[in-house]
Amino acid sequence: MTSVSIKDLSLEFGAVSVLKDLNLDVGDGEFLVLLGPSGCGKSTLLNCIAGLLDITDGQIFIKGKNVTWEEPKDRGIGMVFQSYALYPQMSVRGNLTFGLKNAGVPRDEIARRIERAANILQIEPLLDRRPGQLSGGQRQRVAIGRALVRDVDVFLFDEPLSNLDAKLRSELRVEIKRLHQQLANTMIYVTHDQIEALTLADRIAVMKGGLIQQLDEPLTIYNRPRNLFVASFIGSPAMNFIKGEITGTNGSPVFRAGDLTISLAGYETQQSLAPGHCVILGFRPEHITISDVPGPAGRSCEAVVDLDEPMGADSLVWLKVAGKAISVRVDSGRRYQPGEKVFLIFNPAMASLFDVATENRI
Amino acid sequence: MADVAEISGPQTAIEPRGARPRHAFSRRNIFIYGTLILVAVYYLIPLYVMVVTSLKGMPEVRLGNIFSPPMEITFEPWVKAWSSACTGLNCDGLSRGFWNSVRITVPSVILSIAIASVNGYALANWRFKGADIFFTVLIVGAFIPYQVMIYPIVILLREIGIYGSLSGLVLVHAIFGMPIMTLLFRNYFAAVPEELFKAARVDGAGFWAIYLKIMLPMSLPIFVVAIILQTTGIWNDFLFGVVYTRPDTYPMTVQLNNIVNSVQGVKEYNVNMAATILTGLVPLIVYFVSGRLFVRGIAAGAVKG
Ligand SMILES: Nc1ncnc2c1ncn2[C@@H]1O[C@H](COP(=O)(O)OP(=O)(O)OP(=O)(O)O)[C@@H](O)[C@H]1O
Ligand SMILES: [Mg+2]
Repeated sequence: MTSVSIKDLSLEFGAVSVLKDLNLDVGDGEFLVLLGPSGCGKSTLLNCIAGLLDITDGQIFIKGKNVTWEEPKDRGIGMVFQSYALYPQMSVRGNLTFGLKNAGVPRDEIARRIERAANILQIEPLLDRRPGQLSGGQRQRVAIGRALVRDVDVFLFDEPLSNLDAKLRSELRVEIKRLHQQLANTMIYVTHDQIEALTLADRIAVMKGGLIQQLDEPLTIYNRPRNLFVASFIGSPAMNFIKGEITGTNGSPVFRAGDLTISLAGYETQQSLAPGHCVILGFRPEHITISDVPGPAGRSCEAVVDLDEPMGADSLVWLKVAGKAISVRVDSGRRYQPGEKVFLIFNPAMASLFDVATENRI
Repeated sequence: MADVAEISGPQTAIEPRGARPRHAFSRRNIFIYGTLILVAVYYLIPLYVMVVTSLKGMPEVRLGNIFSPPMEITFEPWVKAWSSACTGLNCDGLSRGFWNSVRITVPSVILSIAIASVNGYALANWRFKGADIFFTVLIVGAFIPYQVMIYPIVILLREIGIYGSLSGLVLVHAIFGMPIMTLLFRNYFAAVPEELFKAARVDGAGFWAIYLKIMLPMSLPIFVVAIILQTTGIWNDFLFGVVYTRPDTYPMTVQLNNIVNSVQGVKEYNVNMAATILTGLVPLIVYFVSGRLFVRGIAAGAVKG
């Protein structure tokens, strides 16, 4: 059962095409995160779903009903905005009831819903205050409450946490996740924070330039990115990329970049790794190990420590391998001195290979 | 700079600590306040002369000492200016013009602000088709000299049948206030965060509900600015008043002109002065009462774009 279904959606602002033939199906009760760099069209897509923008082409279905021409209020959605967008002249209670009064909901029903929302979000003591008298986190809770009282099937969040400080953000992130578990309704959540995306999502849609690059579960996106963009956008510290070519026979392909050779035995792929194929090899910093002794032949190489960046629980060590800079994530228990000679051990099963020309995963 | 020079006198022995000492009579202060006082006096002297003269009787006025305070204070000129000075045909003073002006200003201000604020709201928040063209036309309208349109409007009002009536003048004021008022409101509403407007739409509020329940309550400052600008502007208007009304519907400014410029009889300077002050009283009161709000509204507009 799909909750939100988008078919061939296109949107143009005058001559600028922002969304191009976009297709997306969101399951019932799913938490979908739209992730992408600034300006890729995430908010635009969300506004299209909400009915706040007139689309150029395509259809939008919510709960199986074609809502392409419906007004926002009739689509069965609630929306939470980045800037909270609380009505400044109304009390918190006024903010929560505004939509219900417009919809002509009976008094006792309004009271019942306000009580429930205030209870869930723990904003009962704030009900008679003005938004100006609330902290950022409280305002965001009220904004969520405003969507909650509408009793809708689909929640739309547009970067709801990006105006908050780091600590509050992680607190509210947990609250939103809990809220989703409690309500079990569909949520579409826009963010450019990959931690938020990875922690909250059932599935992530990574967007770039108005197109969905990959739509998958968080760990699949993280471990098996479909193209170079997704690989480099997700992950902090970022993935290491080495440009080179395939040598060796089809049975035991080997990656070679200058003096560096890494065996690719164990790399899962449907395609054949033909010798001479120009590729980019990607390794996440935590998928490389540092060792004092050489590892298994073909999966190990010598390296010189360049820099050691301790980050608390672990450290990021920058090394030079055959003239290339590579970062490795290690336990912070041991410090490495610049100039120290060590060995790196690669695990081909955790690698990602991309075609140089198409930038797609091989 | 002057402050520093003074501190380095006998006080150098004191270890600097806390707030820097300020001297009431430092060279800088004398310069600043001196200039301010000078400018204030320059502007206040005419007012002083007017007030003083309006409180003198005619024999005293004839002595010609315009700066000397009245030897014998009399309110006779004020009473005469208000209720019995002759303005052309009738001799019932400014009172008739005052009430005419009230009957012109109040509906004009309400009408022009009501229409302009809705215009500005529609232009800023509902990007309807042709909004940009409409806006450009309005802006151009703001720069066309009034004089060009005076005669066409005379014909227009005559055709509608309200030429010479108060409602005709009210209509003219409402129309001429439109460009600048719409611009004022559009810029203010454009600075309201777009997400607020989107949130209201999701909450099911339509054009009027958003305007009345969301936008109006948060735009008090700009309404105050608009009311002040329109009230003083329309109250002080002379040109439209003299063109579009008849003697019995003349606004106060036109009557004032007729009193001051009347050619028969002696020039009653004291009455003229009283009449002038009376006419200027309304804008003056508006400024005094709302000066603070006015500045705040202008500042809000400036900061928010
Ligand atoms: N009203 C508009 N007119 C023209 N172009 C627009 C308009 N609104 C957005 N765009 C363009 O559409 C693109 C997508 O904008 P959108 O707001 O959806 O980005 P986003 O992914 O939400 O970015 P961010 O993370 O910065 O919020 C941008 O390139 C933007 O310049
Ligand atoms: Mg956005």
